Amino acid sequence: MIFHQQNYNISLFPLEHSYMDQNSIIEIRSLCKSFGQFKAVYNLDLTVNQGDIYGFLGPNGAGKSTTIRMLMSLISPTSGSISVFGRPLMSHRNEILSGIGAIVEKPDFYLYLTAEENLRILGKMNSIDLSSKQIHRSLDQVGLLDRAKSKVKTFSYGMKQRLGIAQALLHDPELIVLDEPTNGLDPVGVKEIRELILRLRSEQQKTIFLSSHILPEVELIANRMVIINKGTAVIEGSVSELLNSGMLTVNFSIDDMEKAKTILRESQFASSVLGFSADSNVHIKLSKERIADCTTFLVDHGIGIDGISSTRSLEEYFLSITRS
Amino acid sequence: MFFTVLSIELSKIFSKGRSYIGFGAITILVPIVQAAMYSEGEAYFGLFTQGLQQQFSFTGTFLNGYLIAFVVLQSLLVHVPLLVTLVAGDMLAGEATGGTYRLLFSRPVSRHTIVLAKYSAALLYTIGLIAWMSLLSMGLSLLLFGSGELFIVSSSITVLQKEDILWRFGYAYLFGILSMSTVASIAFMFSALVENSIGPIAMTMAIIIVFTIISALDAGFIKDVKYLLFTNHLISWRLFFEETVPVDRILLSTWVLGGHSIASLLIALFVIVKKDILS
Repeated sequence: MIFHQQNYNISLFPLEHSYMDQNSIIEIRSLCKSFGQFKAVYNLDLTVNQGDIYGFLGPNGAGKSTTIRMLMSLISPTSGSISVFGRPLMSHRNEILSGIGAIVEKPDFYLYLTAEENLRILGKMNSIDLSSKQIHRSLDQVGLLDRAKSKVKTFSYGMKQRLGIAQALLHDPELIVLDEPTNGLDPVGVKEIRELILRLRSEQQKTIFLSSHILPEVELIANRMVIINKGTAVIEGSVSELLNSGMLTVNFSIDDMEKAKTILRESQFASSVLGFSADSNVHIKLSKERIADCTTFLVDHGIGIDGISSTRSLEEYFLSITRS
Repeated sequence: MFFTVLSIELSKIFSKGRSYIGFGAITILVPIVQAAMYSEGEAYFGLFTQGLQQQFSFTGTFLNGYLIAFVVLQSLLVHVPLLVTLVAGDMLAGEATGGTYRLLFSRPVSRHTIVLAKYSAALLYTIGLIAWMSLLSMGLSLLLFGSGELFIVSSSITVLQKEDILWRFGYAYLFGILSMSTVASIAFMFSALVENSIGPIAMTMAIIIVFTIISALDAGFIKDVKYLLFTNHLISWRLFFEETVPVDRILLSTWVLGGHSIASLLIALFVIVKKDILS
């Protein structure tokens, strides 16, 4: 079941921006990046406010990393503008970058150096001469203290990911940009990073720009989010609004398909029926409040229900663009 | 910030095993040459000057520390380019291969500063390598063989007096640094152009070989422009051992080598500043 993208945007989650928001930390306007004929990012607009955990969601190849690379001044936009901390990135590059900690894609480090040496070097590049104590505290924060003296070439991917987070936090940045930070982590690691991100916002009032291709990961921690696809933002808003105000696709597993077809066709739910599948399932688009009504209706008309499952419209929609 | 990045780059260079290959090779090769000269030197130079001995009468020995240092300088400057490119060619390409361009260029330091610091680090490494070579070849040779007159046979025979030699070696080593810095600069430029560490080494060595072959040709327009090829000037350090040092030729070599170095640096700067970091 796939909604038409255009209808979906208009009916449920219209794009909205607070262009003149005084608290905005990142403002991206009409951002485009082309590689030859290929448009990796096209007309992207987004605003991240101070204190946000902002989910930057999209399937692989949607343009997330390209956007982050532009945000980190690693690649130049073809057109459009990026402002961070209220200043244009192009003209205030160094000033802005000193306030950002980031993981950009894979966590690559100098493999021939130890974790501690890597952090010391990166600290110096940020004009901070870190003491061993400070470095150890950073490593402890991500559970790598006991490997401080180990060369990074001996680290697993998950450990490098943790080290990536440590280096992003090293200079106490105001804005933290995390590109798929839980990639390669085990479930415990994922939980720890999630908790760390939440702590960074609640205890240190950091703003976090979190890129991911996993919707549940974003919805667990982000307060606002955007979904991008093919380089363009398709939905932006608060996570609770996007997730809770939407309709659900409810699947009723029933015992009498023919009877259900007849009674539903003449019922108040007729326009909500999305289809019937060969495995005795009927799919109905319903709000959360109406699931009980529909269940009662079916049972009252003698339809046995073996099971009920639901998929949120947003999730369905996100899966559809991910699949495509 | 430049000096901070420079110190970081130097510490990175000396944390990598490949950076010691050059020092190791020189440390092994120079004593081997010296040992060979110590045991077989007299016979070797006797054979070498056989023709001359039929026309001239020689007293004493040619074999001394200065001659050994000269031989080592001559032989090692053929191989040192490879040792220099191992490090200079890795300065930028190594970051691309390791994916650390992202770490480096997302810091609040301009790309100009990073490139200039990396270039300076590569030059300091080159200086260190030549200094080590001079220390071993000159210091150890003088210790083992003592000093004396320097007898050089090329297109003519030059005999330099003992007290007229040391300054020539000083300038020759300085010129050696300039030559090898040019090689390092070219490797550095290739390092900015490609994203693997082998490419710059292969390209630099290929350029040296091709230019050397072209330099040997005397045909047509090549004859008129070959003085512009840097390979033609890499061994101009030998000019310091002519009885009257040809300052004009040395200046020309300095200009050509310096020009190649500056042009290489500017190309590397332009490429990196404009580069989209996609690795």
